Amino acid sequence: MNAKRRGLFVAAVSAVLFSSSWTEPVLAKPLKVEKEQLKIGFIKLTDMAPLAIAYEKGYFEDEGLFVTLEAQSNWKVLLDRVIGGELDGAHMLAGQPIGATIGIGTKANVITAFSMDLNGNAITVSNDVWAKMKAGIPNGPDGKPKHPIKADALKPVVSEFKAQGKAFKMAVVFPVSTHNYELRYWLAAGGLNPGYYSSSDVTGQTNADVLLSVTPPPQMPATLEAGTINGYCVGEPWNQQAIAKNVGVPIVTDSEIWKNNPEKVFGVAESWAEKNPNTHLAVVKALIRAAIWLDANNGANRKEAVQILSRPEYVGADAKIIGNTMTGTFEYGKGDTRPAPDFNVFFRYYATYPYYSDAVWYLTQMRRWGQIDEAKPDAWYLDTAKKVYKPDIYMKAAQLLVEEGKAKKTDFPTTDGFRAPTHEFIDGVEYDGRKPNAYIEKLAIGLKGNQKAGS
Amino acid sequence: MPAVAKTEPSAAAAPPTGNAAAPVAAVVNARTRPKWLRDLTPTAVWRSVAVPALAICGFLLLWSTAASRIETSLGKIPGPAAVWAQAGSLWQDFESERERAKAFYERQAQRNAARLAEDPAATPSTVKYAGRPTFPVQILTSLKTVFTGFLLATLIAVPIGILCGLSRTANAAFSPFIQIFKPVSPLAWLPLVTMIVSALYVTATPMFEKSYLISAITVALCSLWPTVINTALGVASIDKDLMNVSRVLKLGWRTKLFKLVLPSSLPLIFTGMRLSLGVGWMVLIAAEMLAQNPGLGKFVWDEFQNGSSDSLARIMFAVFTIGIIGFLLDRVMLVLQRLTHFSAQR
Repeated sequence: MNAKRRGLFVAAVSAVLFSSSWTEPVLAKPLKVEKEQLKIGFIKLTDMAPLAIAYEKGYFEDEGLFVTLEAQSNWKVLLDRVIGGELDGAHMLAGQPIGATIGIGTKANVITAFSMDLNGNAITVSNDVWAKMKAGIPNGPDGKPKHPIKADALKPVVSEFKAQGKAFKMAVVFPVSTHNYELRYWLAAGGLNPGYYSSSDVTGQTNADVLLSVTPPPQMPATLEAGTINGYCVGEPWNQQAIAKNVGVPIVTDSEIWKNNPEKVFGVAESWAEKNPNTHLAVVKALIRAAIWLDANNGANRKEAVQILSRPEYVGADAKIIGNTMTGTFEYGKGDTRPAPDFNVFFRYYATYPYYSDAVWYLTQMRRWGQIDEAKPDAWYLDTAKKVYKPDIYMKAAQLLVEEGKAKKTDFPTTDGFRAPTHEFIDGVEYDGRKPNAYIEKLAIGLKGNQKAGS
Repeated sequence: MPAVAKTEPSAAAAPPTGNAAAPVAAVVNARTRPKWLRDLTPTAVWRSVAVPALAICGFLLLWSTAASRIETSLGKIPGPAAVWAQAGSLWQDFESERERAKAFYERQAQRNAARLAEDPAATPSTVKYAGRPTFPVQILTSLKTVFTGFLLATLIAVPIGILCGLSRTANAAFSPFIQIFKPVSPLAWLPLVTMIVSALYVTATPMFEKSYLISAITVALCSLWPTVINTALGVASIDKDLMNVSRVLKLGWRTKLFKLVLPSSLPLIFTGMRLSLGVGWMVLIAAEMLAQNPGLGKFVWDEFQNGSSDSLARIMFAVFTIGIIGFLLDRVMLVLQRLTHFSAQR
């Protein structure tokens, strides 16, 4: 009886406190959105999860948005449909809005106010190549190959191919994709030149030791199986699929190449964002809530997320394969499953904040490999990043969520848009987003100053 | 199947024989039985029912034994049972999506009620449920798209065909284009069509999805040729005497076109249209894969990309669906074609 009464008292006090003092019961009044019905595109990859969750958990509807999610056949189609207005927004490669804005490929102003995730990619090679590489990799104390595996181990295989007059070919998913830069970074860190782009070589194969080409993510395992390529860099579940189908072996994850690297973003056309500012804000709000859900309670929700993603309308691969990486492990080779708690990060480490320094890193790599074909001053890098990345929209959405009691203030960073300098790369080179040119100078293989490919 | 209801029509057709002898009546009766009934001999039944049925059984047997021996990277090729199971699961998807739509409308009604309670002047929102397209919906989308393309093709092809049939000069002018464009694959047209539609179809409130237009136009471009050629042939082979009569009577071009040219070339126009629809249906699947039109083509492509253990069975089910729909479309056109034959013979 007594306990019951005390319980009532506590409830009454807290009700008074919470309702009257700081959080005046903000009637979760949806923003007045300019456009209620939206069509959002995605590619069948596990990191589209925030979109699926925002839809399934009703976060979009809470904001007064009625969203259709539509799988797209490849990144080029997806980008063109966002630019052309067929899609209101899309799950994009971080390099896509940047590349589009500075005119690599299709030129159009595309912006982002929400980073969708960190990490999530891996490099897979065919079984043959792995058999040859394995000889050069020392075993760890547990008898398994020692990680991270560097491209040094691949070098003799590439030389062998060269000696036989064959090209060593690997695939990435798009010319301005994170995978392209990660694979290039990994190869170059091991002394292999992945080739340069120039105005006359848009395939980026000038001076290349390893020929890179483009294949849509879901076709990677099939292309590897057909022998058209010897390896690839792609997001999940397409590395785990290679193991499941027994066509290849994932050897290194992107978090080993650059710890907590920015991966996908939610991109919209700049003109769309100007016309629909509240709608944009509402979408970002819903996506932040989805990201919070995905990383809540130490990943307690991930199992449910896996079930949702395995439905044919989303990623569609078997739940077992998606679950391999979404629930904190990664399978390198048959039976070689290792813990990888940070393989997919959706919210921790301020993953969703659109940092300028992330955009600048992609720009430095575009310069390094010749997609930007001349030297640019440091200020240009920052200006371009500011043109594409919109942290102010993100913070506005965050603020609203905090006011509505749907997020905590500590969930969001106080920052000027630059992450602290880091040297957590596979080759240990330090990156400071404020000094892009100095960073480019430090990278051994790559264009510097005003160099051009082939000169 | 038509073998079931047979005797009534012949009995009704039997002439009133009055007091005449019964055997005579029987003979008459046999003679006046409709033709299809007379054709219903045991051999015919054997050939048109039993043989196909046996062949289908044989195919299923061969399929299920062969399928279990082919190991792909997505597991074994699914047998008939697995494919049938996926048909059930696709139907279940459709049902559950309907449930979700219902729940959505309920939520919307609640929201509207709340909004009205707060502000009586508020306009209730009437948003249509934007769920994912399910298999039956995808079939409808594909049919709508193919008929749009087909209609477009017919509207272009018939006038051109008539022109080519009537005038040798026009024929000489069009012939090179027909010869060159006829063999072009839809996959070659598609990028061009995509870019042109994206550039020209810019409206604030689009009536059609671009992907729908792109697919329909690609279908039209690839399927108009059989109609052009057959129309031209039909018009060119009109009886010379008829044409001479029309010249003697000094018929106006309009009368000549509608009373003479069109009626007598109708059977061949329809033959062309039937071929066109067949080509169009085939082209559509490829066009939808690339243009992202949410029909059967996109279904196949999405399932291929899913790469789950059910994907192959679902794709196979889609293959059968595409085949059966194509067959039905052809039958419909065949019936129309026969009708025109009869009317032309009158």
